[in-house]
Amino acid sequence: MTVTATPAATKPDAPQVKATKHRNPVRFGVLLGLLVLLLLVVAPLLVVALNAVKSPSDYASNGPLSLPGHLYWDGIVTFWNRVDFGQKLWNSFISSLVVAVLGVLISILNAYALGIGKVKGRVWFLVFFLVANLLPQEVLVYPLYYLSKQVGLYDSLISVIIIFTVIQSAFGTYLLTSVYHEFPTELLDAAEVDGAGRWRTLWGVVVPVSRPTLGVLFTFFFIWTWNEFFLPLVFLVSNDNQTVPVALGVLQGDRLMDATTTSASALIGILPAMLFFLIFQRTLTRGITAGAIK
Amino acid sequence: MAAGSRKGYGVYLIPGIILSLAIIVVPLIMTVYTSFTRWNGVGDQTWIGFDNYTRLFHDSLFWSSFGHIILLILAMAVVPTLLGLVLAAVLFDYVAKHFSNRWASLFRSGFYLPQVIPVAVTGIVWGWILHPDYGALNKILNAVGLSKLAVNWLGDPKYALYTVMGIMVWIQLGYPIVMFMSGLQRIDPSLYEAADLDGATWWQRFRKITVYMIRPEFYVVLITTTIAALKIFGQVFVLTKGGPSNATLVPSYFAYKNFFEKAQVGYGSAISTVLTVIIIVLAVVFLRLQARAERTGASS
Repeated sequence: MTVTATPAATKPDAPQVKATKHRNPVRFGVLLGLLVLLLLVVAPLLVVALNAVKSPSDYASNGPLSLPGHLYWDGIVTFWNRVDFGQKLWNSFISSLVVAVLGVLISILNAYALGIGKVKGRVWFLVFFLVANLLPQEVLVYPLYYLSKQVGLYDSLISVIIIFTVIQSAFGTYLLTSVYHEFPTELLDAAEVDGAGRWRTLWGVVVPVSRPTLGVLFTFFFIWTWNEFFLPLVFLVSNDNQTVPVALGVLQGDRLMDATTTSASALIGILPAMLFFLIFQRTLTRGITAGAIK
Repeated sequence: MAAGSRKGYGVYLIPGIILSLAIIVVPLIMTVYTSFTRWNGVGDQTWIGFDNYTRLFHDSLFWSSFGHIILLILAMAVVPTLLGLVLAAVLFDYVAKHFSNRWASLFRSGFYLPQVIPVAVTGIVWGWILHPDYGALNKILNAVGLSKLAVNWLGDPKYALYTVMGIMVWIQLGYPIVMFMSGLQRIDPSLYEAADLDGATWWQRFRKITVYMIRPEFYVVLITTTIAALKIFGQVFVLTKGGPSNATLVPSYFAYKNFFEKAQVGYGSAISTVLTVIIIVLAVVFLRLQARAERTGASS
């Protein structure tokens, strides 16, 4: 009690001091500045959400910053039905999920051979996967487009799934190889003593032990694939096959899109991403730094 | 390790090798080959040697698209990295200490929010806010009597590129903040305490300790964001389609137009080949600089 009254006499990190420090105007200036900046960053999304549930006449007469007179869902419902948004969500979901699963699987196999098996020429394989990571998709797109037409996979989710499985696993291989390089040899030796072959060691020892890293990779692959725009734009031309970003992206500037319909479309594009962010938040903040090379 | 124990692992690479050949190696070779030909996408390719590259060299659009990229590197890599560095340090070393960790992570999540939204959707958000007829920004500017400032943000060649740059800062800012804040966790608190005892100001501590200690993250952020700027496509496609009058044209969109709108596949291939070479050279230079910085850092 007396300590709180005499802050100068206490250690700087004592909790009691914090209470008095709060009264320091500089500290609140910093906090206020950050809050203003945060508001600036979040404001565009808030304004979109606000106007997505506003009727066109309400928008015309009261402008973008007023609270909606009543919650108007017609903009969202009309847009949802017009673009068959449920189908787009499903396309995005299924392709992201399959890419994430297959991408992690290929990364595991590659990294097992390179990081634990230390096969000959592994440095060159790693250089290859690093370069593959750097390549702009523009340098691959036309041959992929041409070849997919030759094999009848153009305008199909399968082509997008195969392509992104390879692209994502190039990153995954690079990251996972460095993790597997440090894999405790005692565990591998113990498995060998138990008579486990390479295959059983991989699934019985290596994969379970590295599950946290695999979780990060899975999350990344899922979200990256969900957000991809360029290749899906080229490959998925018919309405039934489009993913969420493509469906929303190509409608920009369409004359049917008025102010409130556009904000409704933006809101339903934002919501799934926000949902993933909340679900995966902990994995993501841990993983952004783990995946520092992307 | 004995050579014998390595046996039996090569087979695990087979699926990865086959897929990489089909999706990366073969298309890459095809694009480089096509860049030496004239081709409209159907029929035969005509070998024309370096003609596409000489044409590229004299094409003012090609040069302006790379000029725009330099400004976009400023907006996507340089500004967010510097701003993110200061913000991360303030959050880590000021807000977390003088308020609480919860405040710091709240700010971090908030600043990171634009990063989780698909690029196409951020394009829609900003396209809507900046729309000349019904956009929120100009409505607000008009309402507060600043109608002079209510320009056609994305539709006027004078402003379009700067507008896109502003949006890119907004999108990118969260990434360096998250990276730097996690890097800062490595720093031994006793370094800061020693600096405090020596009477160092916050700014001195920031320059001498914070910036010095998180150089690895600094390089990673700078490399990845610079490469992202060179590859930028989605935002430009959704916001401006490279317009108005090519004011926001970027190499990837320039290549896309040649591939799929003009059917000049050879020329498009030359553009993307040049872009690829630039990215790889830049990455090698960056990695070398980073390695050198780490060596000198270790010896000092």
